[in-house]
Amino acid sequence: MIEKKDVEYAAGLAQLKLDEEEKEKYTEQIGEILNYVDKLSELDTDDVVPTAYTVPMKNVLRKDEVKESLPREKSLANAPDEKDGHFRAPKIMSD
Amino acid sequence: MNIYDLTIHELKEKIAVGELTPAEIKKAYADRINEVEDRVKSYITVTDELAEEDLAEYENKKEALLAGIPIAVKDNMSTDGIKTSCGSKMLENYKPPYNATVVEKLNAAGAVIMGKTNMDEFAMGSSTENSAFFDTHNPWNLNHAPGGSSGGSAAAVAAGECAAALGSDTGGSIRQPASYCGVVGLKPTYGMVSRYGLVAFASSLDQIGPITKDVEDSAILMNVIAGHDPKDSTSIAGKKEDYTEYLKEDVSGMKIGIPEEYFNLEFDEEVKASVLAAVEKLKEAGAEVETVHMTDASYALAAYYVIAPAEASSNLARYDGVRYGLRSEQAADVSEMFTNTRHEGFGDEVKRRIMIGTYALSSGYYDAYYLKAQKVRTLIKDDFDRIFNDFDLIITPTAPSTAIELESKSDPLEMYHTDIFTVPINIAGVPAMSVPCGFDSSEMPIGLQLIGPHFGEGKIIQAAYTLEKLLNINEKRAEL
Repeated sequence: MIEKKDVEYAAGLAQLKLDEEEKEKYTEQIGEILNYVDKLSELDTDDVVPTAYTVPMKNVLRKDEVKESLPREKSLANAPDEKDGHFRAPKIMSD
Repeated sequence: MNIYDLTIHELKEKIAVGELTPAEIKKAYADRINEVEDRVKSYITVTDELAEEDLAEYENKKEALLAGIPIAVKDNMSTDGIKTSCGSKMLENYKPPYNATVVEKLNAAGAVIMGKTNMDEFAMGSSTENSAFFDTHNPWNLNHAPGGSSGGSAAAVAAGECAAALGSDTGGSIRQPASYCGVVGLKPTYGMVSRYGLVAFASSLDQIGPITKDVEDSAILMNVIAGHDPKDSTSIAGKKEDYTEYLKEDVSGMKIGIPEEYFNLEFDEEVKASVLAAVEKLKEAGAEVETVHMTDASYALAAYYVIAPAEASSNLARYDGVRYGLRSEQAADVSEMFTNTRHEGFGDEVKRRIMIGTYALSSGYYDAYYLKAQKVRTLIKDDFDRIFNDFDLIITPTAPSTAIELESKSDPLEMYHTDIFTVPINIAGVPAMSVPCGFDSSEMPIGLQLIGPHFGEGKIIQAAYTLEKLLNINEKRAEL
């Protein structure tokens, strides 16, 4: 059964901040969902090959040619913060 | 009949004989939006300016398939310079710098784009109540949900706020709302329609498809949107079909399987009776109907709630507040900016699925959850392949009930069960259509699901078209 620390761990991996109330609620709800999902173990899959895509897929390659791309101004138009043609983020290294 | 009640093919006919002009049609739909939108709330954005621009193009495109036809687009399909929110605060102010391929195809076909429709946030939900902005109301009864996640698209079609719409379907998000709103919804074979510019939820399951007032319109819209796209490496290369060639009233000799394990599940008796009565009509019209045996649908639902959240947790990692979308103002450093942005930008269901997916993919749990679910996926796909060796189609209900009441399901797992009949189809990648087959005692529409083999859209359309003619309920509209 999933515990609060598992929810905290998954939230940390997913870069999600949760308050105490959310942690309690998600522990219960995700526990119930995973409990339901556990019914998969009733099926014998020892010799079964996993499926990622259900229709035949092959690797798609193209010639390494430069094609038209979005102009820089358009790419930056939705940026919350930008400077000198670059995306700008808060500082990464501490002082 | 009012102009806003007409189908694509009826509008095309009226334009062709000079009975209506595209400007009159556009005005009739815009007036209808003004009249009912405050009660139905189908649209996140009404794009009246864009519609006028599209209309101005009419003379150059009048030979095209959708020339002058008002169409709505779900708000997870990118529209150049026009807000594409995905029902999320995260993208509340996002204006994509390009068009999705399906939007390009609508433009090329001369469609008049009326607006962007409401949806569950990032298409995660079954009632459109997970929209970060507002609820959409079912046109047949405003206290009921339109279904989801393409609830805005289905409600807009049912309310006459557009002639037809595009939706997207990851586990039932076109078919279940189509069923709830009494319209026709088709999820094509995985890869039939380009996903380029569709905001990704679960990439191995997502597919775009038409939501329409009747089966003929579904075939017309498929002719516009289907086909290979070099910008989507998972789109299927191959010859394009003319789906309107399947609009034939003929099911004689067609072999239809009725999966006993699906009909044995506990669900609404009125839905069951209505679906079985429709099957009986097909039988009388010459179809060969037999009981078949398939893996219990609950295993597909369990596999889905591993695979879809796992893919979502990966796809939604991109929302970090750097390149586009929301950025939290409350942050001392970049790490806090990430977590605060995702805390403020994502709603409850999205966070829940990201966590389930992250957990299922994390070290130590990957084999037990993700790999296991992918193996079960093989079993489910093989199950469908086996049936389709001997049968043309499978019929089930689309949903276990008619439209649920708004705010009636607060337990996530209970909500997930509204998709029990639709989820296995995405897991197997096959096409399926929901077509109206009757009404329950509260006058709410009931949907029947026709499932075909990979690339079997044609047979689905033919059987659905025949059924529509037999039942003769396709001209009934919600009264608002």
